[in-house]
Amino acid sequence: MSRPHRWIHSSNSAWRCGDNERRRTLNDASGLRTERALSPPVTTTSPDATGARLRPVNEVDDAARKRAIHRQAASIVASVAPFGIVFGAAAATAGLSLVQAMGFSLFVFGGSSQFAAVEILGDGGSIASAAIAGLLLNVRSLAFGVIMAPALVGTWWQRAAMSQLMIDESTAVGAAQHEQRWRRYGYLVAGIGVFVVWNLTTMLGHVAFAGAGDLITELGLDAAGPAAFLALLWPRLSSPPQRRTAIAGGLIALVLIPFAPPGVPILASMLGVAAARIGSQSTDRSDRPEPDTEAAS
Amino acid sequence: MSDATVVLIVMTVGTFALKSAGPLVLGDRALPVRVQQVVDLLPAALLAALAIVSTVGDGRGIVIDARLVGLVAAGIALWRRLPFVVVIIVASAATALTRLIS
Repeated sequence: MSRPHRWIHSSNSAWRCGDNERRRTLNDASGLRTERALSPPVTTTSPDATGARLRPVNEVDDAARKRAIHRQAASIVASVAPFGIVFGAAAATAGLSLVQAMGFSLFVFGGSSQFAAVEILGDGGSIASAAIAGLLLNVRSLAFGVIMAPALVGTWWQRAAMSQLMIDESTAVGAAQHEQRWRRYGYLVAGIGVFVVWNLTTMLGHVAFAGAGDLITELGLDAAGPAAFLALLWPRLSSPPQRRTAIAGGLIALVLIPFAPPGVPILASMLGVAAARIGSQSTDRSDRPEPDTEAAS
Repeated sequence: MSDATVVLIVMTVGTFALKSAGPLVLGDRALPVRVQQVVDLLPAALLAALAIVSTVGDGRGIVIDARLVGLVAAGIALWRRLPFVVVIIVASAATALTRLIS
């Protein structure tokens, strides 16, 4: 069990050099150029020289990586729009004012939790039951935060501001990337995109639509979310530990759906990580996978 | 203050605390290797769960409907290495068609 998962961040040397991005910038700033020029770039292993040698390759990669992330984010942002309309319409039906509906989408910003709270309020539920149900659905943000924390670098107020964008979609796009700076980029692009679209469509739904639920099912748009999550998962499935984790996590969630409150199955799926350990002691060598492919990009 | 406004305020504060706990407490501090290995695996479990729950969940129980056809179609599209956007369109179209003919 020494390091069967190391490949995740090191399958490709061009990506690996990006991991040293920040350190490289620091080195550049502190005037280590002479030293780099003196040492032969092929034999040295310092991140500084590696970065310099791979830089042209990296720039091409950067543009392609950005486009891939934009495509992923665009699809997932578009898939959110109909649900924003439905939320706005549901909030209006439940008796919320436009300001209150917008307040939920701007400040709570968590699709399923907003739906739950508004539905309970509309059914005449108590303040406590609406708030607790809503908050339970957002407990998974705690786990999202642990996953995304290393990527969301910045001052404390920048990290706080980025945290507000922490939802399924932004975490999914962010966590699907292999390198911290792209995780941050994917998280921010998807998060900001969903934030803008979610709020505009909430307003639209509250003002204009009442029965948009039919529109979603007629166009099959309720399958767009599941398809997007599967597409983001796909490249990971070529690695045995990741595949075992995904299968275990999916099964845990499936089994819990009928019994646990909404939101809990997704949270509990994290226990599926334990499945990656199964057999990894005995198959340590064969476990080391081929470099992963990027089917989703 | 109406009920909805109280719920809004409570949920805003509570949700922000849940969202920001990781980034504010952990920051970009490097995690121990063991923990990092677990964190590297978490997205796989999470994405699988999100896909499953959004396909067969309806908030109360398991519901098998046209969304499952969409997910299978998405799987086939991914296996054929089609681009991300196409995968989404294929899934939506398969689901809409299934509803149309059933």
